[in-house]
Amino acid sequence: MSALALQQLIDSTYIVAVVGFILSLKWLSSPVSAKRGVLAGEIGAALAVIATLANPEVVQYKWIIIALAIGAGIGIPLGLVHMTAVPQRTALSHAFGALSASIIGIAEYYVATPNLTKFGMAEIGLEVIIGSLTFTGSVIAAGKLQEILPQRPITYKGQNVVSLSVLGAAILLMIALCIHPDYTYLFPIMVVVALIFGILLVTPIGGADMPTVISLLNSYAGFSASLLGFVLNSKVLVVAGALDGSSGFILSVIMCKAMNRSFTNVMFGAFGQVQASSAAVEEARTVRSATAEEAASILSAASKVAIVPGYGMAVAQAQHKVRELYDALTKKGVDVRFGIHPVAGRMPGHMNVLLAEADIPYDRLIEMDDMNSDLPQTDVALIIGANDVTNPAARTDTGSPIYGMPILDVDKARTVMVIKRSMNPGFAGIDNPLYYLDKTLMLFGDAKGFVGDIVRELSGGGSGH
Amino acid sequence: MPADFLSNLYVFILAGFIGFEVIKRVSPLLHTPLMSLTNALDAIVVVAAIIIAGRHETRLSTVLGAVAVAASFSNMVGGFLITDRMLRMFKTGKTKKP
Repeated sequence: MSALALQQLIDSTYIVAVVGFILSLKWLSSPVSAKRGVLAGEIGAALAVIATLANPEVVQYKWIIIALAIGAGIGIPLGLVHMTAVPQRTALSHAFGALSASIIGIAEYYVATPNLTKFGMAEIGLEVIIGSLTFTGSVIAAGKLQEILPQRPITYKGQNVVSLSVLGAAILLMIALCIHPDYTYLFPIMVVVALIFGILLVTPIGGADMPTVISLLNSYAGFSASLLGFVLNSKVLVVAGALDGSSGFILSVIMCKAMNRSFTNVMFGAFGQVQASSAAVEEARTVRSATAEEAASILSAASKVAIVPGYGMAVAQAQHKVRELYDALTKKGVDVRFGIHPVAGRMPGHMNVLLAEADIPYDRLIEMDDMNSDLPQTDVALIIGANDVTNPAARTDTGSPIYGMPILDVDKARTVMVIKRSMNPGFAGIDNPLYYLDKTLMLFGDAKGFVGDIVRELSGGGSGH
Repeated sequence: MPADFLSNLYVFILAGFIGFEVIKRVSPLLHTPLMSLTNALDAIVVVAAIIIAGRHETRLSTVLGAVAVAASFSNMVGGFLITDRMLRMFKTGKTKKP
């Protein structure tokens, strides 16, 4: 085969790969076709890798084989993590993706450097800056999600000025390199400055904002790969990066809407630090509490139950007990559905995965808007480990820091039950008026233990309904 | 401005629109698998890393290329693996539990 024909064959394989990628995302529109989607992506990626190995430009295989083996050695354990650890795994993989895009750009700079055009320098510079800041930013996000680093926002006075100056410095260095290509010593400085900016960007952001941050980093990682495609004139990278980038972007917008926040507010707002909530006017309000036995009898007498899980449920490892509750109630003929708020977990869609892992059928997992239209006809809303996403103050109290955030309207159900350790306000420190309603019963205890007790009551002497 | 830039921009814009339209239709149920799948697809930068490492131009470019191969291939393997694992968990009420 002639060299030209081989090159064309390799390029054609990339086109097939791109078609596979688009189909794989298209088939993700429903859980039924989604498995086929993964297969399409895998075939596309495998073809592209094999074709690249056949490229005559590749003259030395030793290091490639070793690196592929190391990559598989890292990737397989990271593909087998527990579902609660998926957010930090995802952040880590954004870091790896950005790292590889960034160092390919760096390698390309040093290979091309005497003959690099100004335009080429600008492309590489931009690509390496975005890749580097995404790398360190994602590492910090993974550290926060793994709770190696403090989850609370770390802030100081003048922070935004410092952070933006660092970004400005990186861009100035890039411009300097375009004007004076022979000042090659500026290039590593630019990389280091961009790495520092990534740390400064994510460190001030609190744990509650992680779903947005992780989506934004997803978007950056994608766009850096796309830019790398521009640098190397590789269309398969341009397309894959654009798909990844737009996916991350859409998810960030969804997450921001779900918290009623803007991008700038998430990035520079440091949510959840000093929230002087309207609790100042708080009078001594009383709550009603109930035992597991009482809760079980109310639940078994209901015909429609909505369970609203929050991340607290996952922290307590209560998913499997919740599944037992679902089974016990379903057996008694109760219609049980789960209301899923978009930010219920630590990343977009996380709660669905946690519940699916516990064998809860996905047609029982209901999106917020659909659930809300059904809640007024629901007998019991049972809230497990969720707080802010059920807080009616978001609808009614203009002074509340979460005012305007879309919530699950559990207060419209006939009876509300909340499983909670104590009356301490949640992570964001915002008081929840839901707990003081006449229709609300507080079930004080550990989520896993309490749900277990209800299940025992239901399966024990329960007379059904 | 090099001619390649414009044709790449062309592709980028079209791919961005396709991505937007396709991903808008992804069920919110599957947003976590979506993110791990796009991560795996994005790991296609491994093809650029293979070329950089395999061209064996300078020692630096070979080492950097090899590191990039390892980093992106770990995403490719891990991303597809975990997406597949997650999607297997999504069952309807009708499927019998094992």
